[in-house]
Amino acid sequence: MEKHEGPGAPAVWIDDPWSDALAAGWGESADAEAPGGAGAHATATPGAVPRQQGGRSASDIYLEVQRSPAFQEVRSRYRRFVIPAAIAFLLWYLAYVVAATAAPGLMARPVSGAINVAMLAGLGQFLSTFLLTWAYARHARLRRDRAALELRWDTQEMTRGMQR
Amino acid sequence: MTGDHQTLALLLFSAFIAVTLGITTWVSRNRHGSAEEFYAGGRLFSPMENGFAIAGDYMSAASFLGISGLIALFGYDGMLYSVGFLVAWLVVLLLVAELVRNCGRFTLADVVAARMAERPVRIAAGTSSVTVSVLYLVAQMVGAGSLVALLLGGTSEAARSWTVIGVGALMVIYVSLGGMRATTWIQIVKAVLLMAGTIALTVLVLVRFHGDFDQLLATAAERSGHGRDFLAPGLRYGGDWTARLDFISLGIALVLGTAGLPHILSRFYTVPTARAARRSVVWSIGLIGSFYLMTIVLGFGAAAIIGPDAVRASNAAGNTAVPLLALDLGGGAGSTGGTVLFAIVAAVAFATILAVVAGITLASSASVAHDLYASLRRRDAHAKQYSEVTVARLAAAGIGAAAIGLGLLARDLNVAFLVGLAFAVAASANLPVLLYSLFWRNFTTRGAVWSVYGGLVPAVLLVVLSPVVSGGPDALFPGVDFHVFPLQNPGVVSIPLGFLAGWVGTVTSAEPPDAAKHAETEVRALTGAGAV
Repeated sequence: MEKHEGPGAPAVWIDDPWSDALAAGWGESADAEAPGGAGAHATATPGAVPRQQGGRSASDIYLEVQRSPAFQEVRSRYRRFVIPAAIAFLLWYLAYVVAATAAPGLMARPVSGAINVAMLAGLGQFLSTFLLTWAYARHARLRRDRAALELRWDTQEMTRGMQR
Repeated sequence: MTGDHQTLALLLFSAFIAVTLGITTWVSRNRHGSAEEFYAGGRLFSPMENGFAIAGDYMSAASFLGISGLIALFGYDGMLYSVGFLVAWLVVLLLVAELVRNCGRFTLADVVAARMAERPVRIAAGTSSVTVSVLYLVAQMVGAGSLVALLLGGTSEAARSWTVIGVGALMVIYVSLGGMRATTWIQIVKAVLLMAGTIALTVLVLVRFHGDFDQLLATAAERSGHGRDFLAPGLRYGGDWTARLDFISLGIALVLGTAGLPHILSRFYTVPTARAARRSVVWSIGLIGSFYLMTIVLGFGAAAIIGPDAVRASNAAGNTAVPLLALDLGGGAGSTGGTVLFAIVAAVAFATILAVVAGITLASSASVAHDLYASLRRRDAHAKQYSEVTVARLAAAGIGAAAIGLGLLARDLNVAFLVGLAFAVAASANLPVLLYSLFWRNFTTRGAVWSVYGGLVPAVLLVVLSPVVSGGPDALFPGVDFHVFPLQNPGVVSIPLGFLAGWVGTVTSAEPPDAAKHAETEVRALTGAGAV
């Protein structure tokens, strides 16, 4: 799983063996989606995480990677999606449960035939779950996976010396 | 029930047992007894395989029999389970699956212990994992017992007890001989069977109503004797404010509990990467979501076709609604179609129980051996790995015995409701410590330990003091009354307590948070660096 041929080598995308569909084919340019926007290809390789050899412990390396802009970018992309999404679906679910107990009159209001508000709200929970799953998987695949994998190889390369 | 039902159902069930034992033998033929192999099945399952296995691990008999039964008896209020069980997967997908895969090796405690003083954290997380697993196992055992009660006419106590014992023995064999690899394949086979059976029944229900879901609901409402109220919330949880708070408590426990279930977390270690873990969850959300949508059709179908009174007459908790529905859909008692369909449903339910109990037993034996045993004994053994797996195999037998005993004791409780309790404990004891470890920079060892016990102890204590255990005709011990806590589900109190205890433990901690360890956890969680 070696990636770096040298500091000047273009960033080669190594496919995860279990991944079939990556950014390609989704109508979005991989370049525009790579971390750090344009020029990511130049920075996502060694430049993003400064690499000096020798004399460091593994925890120094992890601290250094944590402070690197490339990692900060991956983390903020993850959090910017996950935190609002998690708050939104938990609130939507809580609203559903509370409405079912506190406002049964509203929930029992008929909409069409035997279908009432409660039934629609329940099915809406199913629908929103499916949609959010799709959106999250797509966001992670397009916006995060590539940068995370590059950081992984960089970090492992830096820590390799320590472990033996 | 006629003899035909029993013969055919037992035949199908024997076939399933033969197949699963075959899988176990085949898998264990060239096992080498490493921990990697036993707990994680070699970590080379594909996302689709793991997605089916997760679905097979999660869609329990409690869902198949219990939820449909609750819908058949109480209408809309039973649907809360379906919704909560599915929405819970968003917590797993967004916050837990990938990060846990990257940080841990075999258990929940691995993730937490990486940042903290290992021994106390492992003991705490191991204890709570075992508690959750045993509660969940009891629910499955009760499901097995009530299924047999229906099959054999409902009166033979001895047959019921022997089934529970037989299921327990089989699960110990699967787990201790086949480890994670056999368990995974059994769960995949079971998920396929369960989906096929559920789809077949759903289609038959919809055909009966000419594809008109609206008419199905209207008929169910009419047969229930409650009219339109049957389709709106409130029949089961709509009484006083205690009942309503119970409903909210259950809802919160369901949605937060899944991410703390040890047997679900351990499934993410069977795939090679975090991305594969994410794709497994996407698969399983698709499968689980469609399954729960179908249980809604089956539940209202049972109410419309069988009627709640007949369901209640067969089993007061509603666990036998789906087998009765199958009998009717196939042409009624005595007909060939009815016999075949009934037998298939019974066999699928048995398969479900076996696969789920195997998964839980494996996860809890991992907690016993990898977390508790490894922390409590001195770390000097030469053949450590071998002995840890041996301990895990023995632990599987011990947990099997405990689950059999409790399963016999709790046999009259609704299985979906029992699962609700397991979820409440998981959400109170396991989820706070997991989320704090992954996301909170200043979290400390004391915070971790307090968070586990601060959720676990109140949750278990409140269940013991609740009307489930004493003080009512449906209680575990109907003869005595020591219930002081009004709610059946402790989640609404114990989950916030778990989070609070973790916070208080951290801010009062003398030990400063370890920035380097936090950096390591965060970098590993989000990038997968150093993941096994």
